[in-house]
Amino acid sequence: MCTYLTELLPIAGSGKGPAQWLRVTDASVYVDHPVHAMAGHTVNIDLRNPAQGPAARVALELHPTAARDLAEAILRSLDAVPEAVLAAG
Amino acid sequence: MAYDAILAESVMITGHGSDPIEAYAARPLDSAPRGGVIVIHHMPGYDAGTKEITRTFAVHGYNAVCPNLYWREAPGAAPDDAAATARAQGGVPDERFVGDAAGAMTYLKNLSNSNGKVASIGYCSGGRHSWLANGSLPLDAGIVCYGAFIIGETPEGMPPRENLAHLAATQSGPVLGLFGNDDKYPTPEQVDELERLLKDAGKPYEFQRYDGAGHAFFNVDRASYRPEAAMDAWGKIWTFLEQSLAG
Repeated sequence: MCTYLTELLPIAGSGKGPAQWLRVTDASVYVDHPVHAMAGHTVNIDLRNPAQGPAARVALELHPTAARDLAEAILRSLDAVPEAVLAAG
Repeated sequence: MAYDAILAESVMITGHGSDPIEAYAARPLDSAPRGGVIVIHHMPGYDAGTKEITRTFAVHGYNAVCPNLYWREAPGAAPDDAAATARAQGGVPDERFVGDAAGAMTYLKNLSNSNGKVASIGYCSGGRHSWLANGSLPLDAGIVCYGAFIIGETPEGMPPRENLAHLAATQSGPVLGLFGNDDKYPTPEQVDELERLLKDAGKPYEFQRYDGAGHAFFNVDRASYRPEAAMDAWGKIWTFLEQSLAG
């Protein structure tokens, strides 16, 4: 089914798009039908720069377990680094 | 040898609010009178698979047009990028969809080989849209392929979709419903309810439900593809359109 549910959030950073690196300013996260992954539903993540148009997008379609593993790895990576390092930018 | 040429091309049609929107059109190239089919793409967009379906209708003798429902948000973008952009902007409002479907209907009726009859077909979110089109526009038939959220409440935490049960009474043409019994959206119980609504409204309909098939059983690019169900369902579609769109 199409879930219609979408988490939207502003982000800051860069991602490698179809042609080149781009600044990403917006993220969409949703569970829905993938375009490419072989599953009925995946966790889909779009890192976008709407100011540069629809093609300025880094897309991921992750199986639910992989998405959770990735999210936990991101949090572990952040937790493992001294706060001062993160604060230094 | 029978003459079987078709033409398939991108065109601009007039959508909701008189907006020009892109559409993919396909039609037989002979001059015989033809019924028309509005092909409504699924939520992942105006993609290669949906264009293939549009051409399939032309191969089978119908004029067909698939409006790009995301044209306003992402003109000229790749279908997956357009779908991502449209989703981030809240998706397609029902009222705007009906206006775009009306534009597609007008396009088909204005073709020189049109016999004046038009049906709609949609898959997944497009199945809901096909119900919406046949319930809102003077169409001659509506085909609903596993449309979710036509009726019933959207699960907690999800953006609510309007319950379209009331459109059972206004379905303008007969309805062909094609569903997989393993589907969760819609569930077999929701399909029962949809059937009851049509029966109570005295509307002509035909529902076909397939064991061993779930959501998106038509989609040849997905693991959900169920060739036995899909091939039988295509046969049902051709019979239904032959009856509904005869000139």
